[in-house]
Amino acid sequence: MNPQTSAATGSPATSSAAMDNTGTDKIVLDQVSAGTVLPPLGYDVSATTVVLGALASRDWRPMHHDHKFATERNGTADIFLNTPNLAAWFERYITDWTGPKGRIGRLTFRIRDSVFPGDHMVFAGTVSGTEIDESGCGWASVDISVTAGDRLCCTCTARVALPTDGTDNPWTRRSEDWKP
Amino acid sequence: MTEPAPAADLPEDVRALIGKAQYHETATFPVEMGYSYNTLAATENGNPLYWDFEVAEQLTGGMTLPVSTLSLWMRPHRWAPGATGEQVALKTHFDLKERLGLPEAIMSDNTLIGYEPVRPGDVISHHQVLRSISDVKTTKLGTGRFWVIDVEYHNQNGDLVGVESYTGFGYRRSTEVNS
Repeated sequence: MNPQTSAATGSPATSSAAMDNTGTDKIVLDQVSAGTVLPPLGYDVSATTVVLGALASRDWRPMHHDHKFATERNGTADIFLNTPNLAAWFERYITDWTGPKGRIGRLTFRIRDSVFPGDHMVFAGTVSGTEIDESGCGWASVDISVTAGDRLCCTCTARVALPTDGTDNPWTRRSEDWKP
Repeated sequence: MTEPAPAADLPEDVRALIGKAQYHETATFPVEMGYSYNTLAATENGNPLYWDFEVAEQLTGGMTLPVSTLSLWMRPHRWAPGATGEQVALKTHFDLKERLGLPEAIMSDNTLIGYEPVRPGDVISHHQVLRSISDVKTTKLGTGRFWVIDVEYHNQNGDLVGVESYTGFGYRRSTEVNS
């Protein structure tokens, strides 16, 4: 069985134990190509998940902590993950895969359906292409989806810089050498 | 980039906002690691770049903050001495809700671009630019308009640290509920 898959459900396992990102030289550009599949990440979302994420991003809007407001005013099924926290989840998913040398240049995501308490959200990603730009920076483009059961909640395209070899470090790039 | 032509039925004062930089503001407190840890904890993100000073020093010359924390520095306190009413971020979004009579809103799309890394002690400034407003649309949530707002962030040295673009949908529910 895939160690990142839950024995009980067959779906991606929950929590941070699913992936380890402690190594600094986890992935270099040569190791990925179009079609490379990222390890999935599953997470059981609770009301606490939603509220933690909203408050961490200083988003005090009530639809992210007040069930009554969310359902009766906004007309949503429950409180739901806020936009900056979704970005943070995408960031975590990507850098779990890249390790700390991976440097996110750009995230573009569309929220198609909200993520609610009680959802088991699953991140899945596939590399759509790689390139080395004119400054020598290596990039991977990654398509990511977030699903909850049979609902497609978010789609995301990420442009992430990866080291081109063991000595390269995207974090050293500044100004005109950084083209996210 | 060519923006779509503004919807023809928009009030003139709203049309005039398109492309205009607004709300040039500076954060009321410097960047600090506490919010980084809150965000990392909320997403169970163990990236050692943000937890281990030695790794951070080796890779980036010191501690930095996750790019996804970019917007939080410009979000006002929920309450502050002398402030009246609800303190909100992304004021252009709330202005449009009010001016267009659309009491509810959600965000549908977000683009986040990272430039110079944000570091503890930085003081972030930003401005907002309304890029476009759609014709009236009806979705499962209600009837309203989509709008795109760009936000550009700089540090105290004037370095560009990031750009965000939000697509919001302001709407009135089909069966309006009063609050």
